[in-house]
Amino acid sequence: MKVGLFVTCLVDLMRPRIGFAALRLLQAAGCEVVVPTTQTCCGQPAYNSGDRRAARLLAEKLIAEFESCDHVVAPSGSCAGMIRMHYPDLFADDPAWLERAAALGARTHELSDFLATVARLDKVPGAFAGTVTYHDACSGLRELGVKAQPRALLAKMPGVRLVEMDGAEECCGFGGAFAVKFGDISARLAEKKCDNLRASGADAVVLSDLGCMLSIEGKLRRMGDEKTRVLHIAEILSGEA
Amino acid sequence: MLVRSMHFKARAGAAAADRVLQGKLATAKGLFVDGRRRAVAEIDLEATRDASQTIRSRAVADLDLWLERFEQEATRRGGQVLWARDGAEICRLVTEIARRHDVKKAIKSKSMLSEEAGLNAALEAAGVQPVETDLGEYILQINDNEPPSHIIAPVIHKTKEEVADLFARVHGKPRKTEIGEMTREAREMLRQHFLSADMGISGGNFLVAETGSVALVTNEGNGRMVTTLPRVHVVITGVEKVIPTLEDLATLMRILPRSATGQSISNYFSVLTGVKRPEDTDGPEHLYFILVDNGRVGLLGSEFQDMLRCIRCAACMNHCPVYQTVGGHAYGWVYPGPMGAVLTPLFVGIENALDLPHAATMCNQCSVVCPVKIPLPDLMRKLREQQVARSLRPWGERAALRLWAWLARHPTLYAFAAKLGVRYLNWLAEGGDRIRVMGVAPSWTAGRDFPAPEGRTFRELYSERK
Repeated sequence: MKVGLFVTCLVDLMRPRIGFAALRLLQAAGCEVVVPTTQTCCGQPAYNSGDRRAARLLAEKLIAEFESCDHVVAPSGSCAGMIRMHYPDLFADDPAWLERAAALGARTHELSDFLATVARLDKVPGAFAGTVTYHDACSGLRELGVKAQPRALLAKMPGVRLVEMDGAEECCGFGGAFAVKFGDISARLAEKKCDNLRASGADAVVLSDLGCMLSIEGKLRRMGDEKTRVLHIAEILSGEA
Repeated sequence: MLVRSMHFKARAGAAAADRVLQGKLATAKGLFVDGRRRAVAEIDLEATRDASQTIRSRAVADLDLWLERFEQEATRRGGQVLWARDGAEICRLVTEIARRHDVKKAIKSKSMLSEEAGLNAALEAAGVQPVETDLGEYILQINDNEPPSHIIAPVIHKTKEEVADLFARVHGKPRKTEIGEMTREAREMLRQHFLSADMGISGGNFLVAETGSVALVTNEGNGRMVTTLPRVHVVITGVEKVIPTLEDLATLMRILPRSATGQSISNYFSVLTGVKRPEDTDGPEHLYFILVDNGRVGLLGSEFQDMLRCIRCAACMNHCPVYQTVGGHAYGWVYPGPMGAVLTPLFVGIENALDLPHAATMCNQCSVVCPVKIPLPDLMRKLREQQVARSLRPWGERAALRLWAWLARHPTLYAFAAKLGVRYLNWLAEGGDRIRVMGVAPSWTAGRDFPAPEGRTFRELYSERK
């Protein structure tokens, strides 16, 4: 099974170790992993800013780069959701591209979803001792149905105790450009999320999206919480945590 | 109503710091969100949403047909159907009706169209005293005509104590803080108006084409008094509220109260048909329907037609993280929350509400709970596209986006820019794990830190590893 790893622009810039963790997990699941080196961004920032033309050009680039793969996997529900749920909309007026977009979209997955339901990863390589809570990122949850998959994978780790926080499905306030355009609202939403996760008593919050990670970690530290860890699902599953 | 939506950013910024406001919203949110969750568990939610979506889509698709049918049936039963193009026409028609029937006092149950038109001010100018009888609307009216901040809970932004102060000041009676007593006092004040009014003005949740009826969903019973006690009843609704049959109404009523207040059925549910007949003991002698365009007809056949399905339940705002943080007044017009972020620009002009379609994290919660499956985030995105197409975005934003999109299509240059960007962020972090002040995005670091990047990009490390 040939899997194309879409690293995502935020992982590339901010947290390369999450990209490598995803790579190792996919290999541990028995996949042949390719990482197209010309990849950049899925185009979501342009799409959500209302620039369809730019979004479409980036979508064409990504489709061409990953089309030869059996599956595309991204360590982000937001980017996977863009490819799976929104690329077809970008090509609604172009049947040839629409077919290619829909075909690639149908085999594009968020990492934990892919590991749990497609690759059926049996033995999780990482080890972690502590209490964690899982933050359901909006796109993964509501566009792709990612809810049980990361929890099922965490349940395979003997040292992990999973507790649910209040409002696990509520937005952390990131929202892409929203976080900068409406920084005050965004920070307030992040604060509500941090209050909930701290009240859960977890040592770490686990999540699957870099945007949420930046928002939550940034708010925790500003609140003076130096202790609660913010971990990507790939880090904890691969033993990087 | 005066449009203040261009000031969203400033108003929302102030509201985001208002913990008291957020406390009130959180209490109401608990009631609405938990209530809805319990109530929708009683039905096959997805099947009912699909059926409701179908009913509303079909009605909107053949709107002219159903409106003609409604007009015929309502007229046959003694009603008169009038058409208003905009708010000014609503005001003109209502004041004309008031003059014709020598009306001195009009009692009102909740009508958002009346808010769109600014009807109360027009009535006062014409010498007619308007009295809001929905408790929330009444509180706002006696507080110097304050605008509502929620479409079904207009006074959600006030505490019991604030209302107690207001009642004591305006009613001139001893201050009460027990809710039952306060309600009784309001009821006593309203009773005299109910009995002395010449005209009742209501909105309408649905218009039923096959019978020419208006359906009203209320909880306080004031709607029933407004529509049956005075000799004249004026219904004001948007043209899109028409549905074909009573059977359709039955389906929609399974989902409207559940989505709105978390009730299986509202306390009162009225289907009002025709004028008072000789054998009837009550009901209006004169019945008028004012069916309003005010921006709706222009959405037919456009990429925003889905929005006309809206049944005004408010589930979207009840579940919206942004609404829950800033409240309804920040949105600056009649409709707040996600439905308002779409409707306001469409009704008052895209250029007059530039922030609203952007004031969303695209978390999609609104569309997931919408009883008629309106893809609200997609519609907000389409409004953003229209802003770009009409060059309404600030030049700095456009330039940054264009540069980034160009770089992202040129991998070698992009890799170089990413490498420089990461070095720059690390320099800002001064060797630490976080950035406390970030010049390129000061609004991020005003409220939280920005975690520092690891140091080198994935692509740098990956190319070395290979």
